Amino acid sequence: MSILGFLIPLALLMGLAGLGAFFWAMRSGQFEDLDGAANRILIDEEDEDR
Amino acid sequence: MNAPMPDLTPADACIDSRFTVPGMRCAGCIGKVERGLSAVPGVAAARVNFSAKRVAVSHVPSLTEDGIIEELRKLGFEAERAADNPLGRDDAETRRLLRALAVAGFGMMNIMLLSVSVWAGADAVTREMFHLISALIAIPVIAYAGRPFFSSALMALRYRRTNMDVPISIGVLLATGLSLYETVINGPHAYFDGAVMLLFFLLAGRVLDAMMRSRARSGIASLLGRMGRGAHVVQPDGSTLYTEAERLAPGMVMLVAAGEALAADGEVLEGRTTVDSSMLTGESDPRPAGPGDTIHAGMINLGNPVQVKVTAAAQDTALADIARLMDEAGQSRSRYVRIADKASRIYAPAVHSLAFFSFCGWMLAGADVYHALTIAVAVLIITCPCALGLAVPAAQVVAAGALMKRGLLIKDGSALERLAEVDEALFDKTGTLTLGEPRPADLGVLDPQARSLALALAQGSRHPLSRGLAQALRDAGTGPASLDDLTETAGMGMTARFQGHDVALMRPEAETAGLSVDLLVDGARTRIAFADPLRPDVRETIAALAAQGVGSGIVSGDRVETVAAVGTQLGIPATGGMIPSDKLDLLVERAAAGHKVLMVGDGLNDGPALAGAHVSIAPGGASDVSQQAADAVFVGERFMPVALAVKVARATMGIVRQNFVLAALYNMLAVPLAIFGFVTPLIAAVAMSASSLLVVSNSLRLARVAGREDAA
Repeated sequence: MSILGFLIPLALLMGLAGLGAFFWAMRSGQFEDLDGAANRILIDEEDEDR
Repeated sequence: MNAPMPDLTPADACIDSRFTVPGMRCAGCIGKVERGLSAVPGVAAARVNFSAKRVAVSHVPSLTEDGIIEELRKLGFEAERAADNPLGRDDAETRRLLRALAVAGFGMMNIMLLSVSVWAGADAVTREMFHLISALIAIPVIAYAGRPFFSSALMALRYRRTNMDVPISIGVLLATGLSLYETVINGPHAYFDGAVMLLFFLLAGRVLDAMMRSRARSGIASLLGRMGRGAHVVQPDGSTLYTEAERLAPGMVMLVAAGEALAADGEVLEGRTTVDSSMLTGESDPRPAGPGDTIHAGMINLGNPVQVKVTAAAQDTALADIARLMDEAGQSRSRYVRIADKASRIYAPAVHSLAFFSFCGWMLAGADVYHALTIAVAVLIITCPCALGLAVPAAQVVAAGALMKRGLLIKDGSALERLAEVDEALFDKTGTLTLGEPRPADLGVLDPQARSLALALAQGSRHPLSRGLAQALRDAGTGPASLDDLTETAGMGMTARFQGHDVALMRPEAETAGLSVDLLVDGARTRIAFADPLRPDVRETIAALAAQGVGSGIVSGDRVETVAAVGTQLGIPATGGMIPSDKLDLLVERAAAGHKVLMVGDGLNDGPALAGAHVSIAPGGASDVSQQAADAVFVGERFMPVALAVKVARATMGIVRQNFVLAALYNMLAVPLAIFGFVTPLIAAVAMSASSLLVVSNSLRLARVAGREDAA
């Protein structure tokens, strides 16, 4: 059972990391323009020096 | 995607401006706008937000906002300054709820992990440790994620009312308290998982509700901002400077271009034109205005550019009176009680007395206080309106999503509830039943070649008549001819050369009764007259409303004869010549007679009626004021979304009622179990998830119901 002493903190840490990542994503505006992100992949990149 | 910025100025000298660009529809548009703007000297960076149909431009101060709008126009996009969004406050609330949902989800998963081991038979020491860890996770999570409910419940109690959040808060707090006690005395039953799961499900409902609101509102916000927010004021040196409406002062001289709305009342100094006052009075016939004539804020200049001397601005305009009427009319709306709160008025006392009586019952039966309290808490948790909290938003979000696809943006769930109760509909005429834009009355005067010439000429101009002509010709399947030397002379028209012939689209030389333009091919003149036609499916919509038991009527500020003619044509009662307060009085009278009236209108003169009606809808071309006062906005030329809205709203309320019945059935099964003490945390968790899944999947059926409306 001593493995629990390792696994439970690990599970909690990973959960907290996920939560932290979500908070960061919201704060930095990752969800501001969901439709735009889907469309941008289709834009042909034209290099300026061409 | 942004071109590397030409190093013109230090970065700190740049200012940011935002513009709405409703015409962006595809990936190509994003690339075109960003690349095109970045190539403009003075622009440091341009970034498109496609969802909001906005572009943020970082540029040097010497490049004016008008300059950027002009650049966007050259790229082929109509743009407007993005004013501070008056509807954008909900965003912050959605974010707060989302954060709470994320925290509750984190807590729920971890606590559930521990609880499953306890249910699976973890023994004494392990169970105690797991309960302790659960408590350590649950307390901060409940304190954070429960705030929206606790604060709303406190607010309600402070005003001696009760809402859905009161039983929720009591249930969660009691369950947490009892579980803490259980943890301290090493008892077997901790309800941390139940309490956190309850918060998670309820927050999911709230987040859905908030997201629906902010999506619709940002859609509406992108329609706003076309009308008289400001004016180009002529400076002493002859140049013009864009000035916000609030900063206009009597004595200034505004230059009003064709298609622009006036931002202040004024007197025409120079130029002769035609103004459209339909937004202000409902009058459909444009009237001429020349030097010395007074024109009012909210009127639209259809003809030539004119110089107007401001006589009254901001609070003193004719518009301000309408705003005052609206404020008063809007107050009745706030008395409406949402169906979920209505349900909880019956539900909360019932649940609380059930819990109290089971406590008393067990005490009388000889149980100790602790045992009786455990039972009471189990009753509270099992009856907590988890399913109810999800039942209403889930159904409304599905319905709002289906309506949005058909071009109707609903501002909130309460609007759907009120729409379902409607039994009478009143329409404004100009701009609501009609398109509100001039369209050629009869294209038959043009032969196919003339049509393609007219289209090629018209699409080069932003003049309202040109735009109407181009739209009508495109709808008729015409393709543009290819022209050379296309030039526009402000106030005169368009000229060009076609295969060696002179062609032109000019205003008539003599003033005509209605609006019209002349098409000239080698000197041969064809006159195209304009009218404001009815929307294509008005008849079908009125029939569809009648089929749902909703009677229709017209209330308009236009001349009595014109309105009566439209009324006869559509076969519905029509009243003309109404001023804004007449419309409002009529609504009050109908409401007093027990009718729930749906008001559909677009003009500033409809504002008070839209604010005062039981529920209201405005077309996408309506004035900003009307779109903000209305509960919903429909876009496009078709009128059918209005009838569809009533239909879907009724279907939604049907599903909501079914969900309430399902929740009641579930309670009838679960409550006896709880009262007689058979409910363990495991059973509570299963029952809660099962009932939530049941109502959510029932709500999702609505997508099919709403989807079938296509055929109707």
